[in-house]
Amino acid sequence: MQILFLLFAALAVVAAFNVILQRNPLYSAIGLIGTLISVAALFLTLAAPFIAAVQIIVYAGAIVVLFVFVIMLLNVRAEESRADEQKYLRWLAAPLFLALLAEVFLAVRYVGDAPPPLPAVRAADAPRQWLGSVETIGTDMFTTYVLPFEAVSVLILMAIIGAMLLAKRDPQFGRRRAPAEPAAAAGRAEEVGAGARR
Amino acid sequence: MPSEIDLRFILETLAKIVVVFVIGLLSPVSMNYVERRTLAFIQNRLGPNRVGPFGLFQSIADGIKFAFKEDIIPLSANKWLYTLAPVLAVIPAFMVTIVYPIGPEVNLPFVGPTKLYVTNFNVGLLYVLAMTSLGVYSMILAGWASGSKYSLLGGLRSSAQMISYELSLSLSVIAVVLMAGSLDLTQITEGQAGWFGLQWNVIKWFPAGVIAFFIYLISAIAETNRVPFDLPEAETELVAGFHTEYSSSLKFAMFFMAEYVNMLTVSVLATVLFLGGWNGPGVAAFPLLGPVYFFLKVFFFMFLYIWLRGTLPRFRYDQLMNFGWKFLLPLALLNIVIAAVIGVFIV
Repeated sequence: MQILFLLFAALAVVAAFNVILQRNPLYSAIGLIGTLISVAALFLTLAAPFIAAVQIIVYAGAIVVLFVFVIMLLNVRAEESRADEQKYLRWLAAPLFLALLAEVFLAVRYVGDAPPPLPAVRAADAPRQWLGSVETIGTDMFTTYVLPFEAVSVLILMAIIGAMLLAKRDPQFGRRRAPAEPAAAAGRAEEVGAGARR
Repeated sequence: MPSEIDLRFILETLAKIVVVFVIGLLSPVSMNYVERRTLAFIQNRLGPNRVGPFGLFQSIADGIKFAFKEDIIPLSANKWLYTLAPVLAVIPAFMVTIVYPIGPEVNLPFVGPTKLYVTNFNVGLLYVLAMTSLGVYSMILAGWASGSKYSLLGGLRSSAQMISYELSLSLSVIAVVLMAGSLDLTQITEGQAGWFGLQWNVIKWFPAGVIAFFIYLISAIAETNRVPFDLPEAETELVAGFHTEYSSSLKFAMFFMAEYVNMLTVSVLATVLFLGGWNGPGVAAFPLLGPVYFFLKVFFFMFLYIWLRGTLPRFRYDQLMNFGWKFLLPLALLNIVIAAVIGVFIV
């Protein structure tokens, strides 16, 4: 398990560096996929297979696909030098980084030991009852955390409606467009798809 | 914890991985032959019958040809991504094979009791869906990296199609999950044992099982880009879609292999989720019959693919999108409600 952790942690870090160091946005997106998959593997070694699968389905399977779509359709060849317009972001980066680092340290310091790795869990008597299992997550989500869960679904519904409204308001592609237009249907479909998967 | 994992476990797992890998490798070779012969008979011709008895070695000859052809990379192609794309197609396709629940626990000679699957996840079904959803990247990247407009259009079409139909596929599967109460493929299979097939999920919780089965079947065919949903490769419009620029070399062979392994995965999933997996008469007494039933059922679905290809014309693109989003998706959502109502109030 140690070896697996080191392997996938290293992969995640290397891929993450790839995301920020590449000039071509498409290469960055591929690096992002690598990071997401490595993190999913880390979840697996921490006995959280459900989160690992969801991580891949939602992030690697849906959201980054949309990134890649946008990059390809806009044909962004290489990074355009927009750094001058966003100078203030540079000053924001350092504090944000420090905050994240502090969070990681706090988590390591106070949260305590990680749950036992998967084989050990499976050997135990109640294999369906450990913390990261589907049953536990489902039960918690629909009992203890049912209000936040429903609130999130309302939020996502609002996002979908907002996206459709913005698309309709565009003067060029406005009301004249028939609802059954294939390209528009496909574009909208993807947004709904990303939303509905959560 | 190396001390707890013994050598036997490691060797057994490695052997099983080799077995499923070989099954994955053999599926394109065998099914391609079956497909070409069957298609030929449907269309009243003979098909490949020259290499070996009945032309049985045709696929092997084709494989050798793939290996020895010159590997051409187009000048306008992005070299790295062009090479990466076929690899990205093959890896997720083969990663799924480890959860194929081929048979129950059997008593093999010299080995002792062995489970006929590499592993069973607590989230096996989600794992399959996750891995198949990664297959989109190979198509998008291949289409984009080829630097050709036919490839790009084909790649866009196939990824849009995969994303759209993946949704109704996942939603149709939820009915089965409700029936089985588990995401583990072996537990789903075991839940359908007995009653001479009357416990199969197709007919369980009528009509939820049947509706789920047909939604799954349709979206699975669309998901694997096969006739009648083969728009990404519509040769009259797009030459060959996203792999137009892959000149029948090993890279093309990888796409080809991934397509057939994905078909196999979809067929395996249909078998496990709806047709009872390895269950059949006599399995309880002779567990070794399990794999036989399993592969017979899987072959039925593979044959169905070929049958459809020989029979049906292709959809138009707007028909495809309308059908997926305006009919299949609402029906799949409705079916979840039906299944939940039956599960809570009737069963």
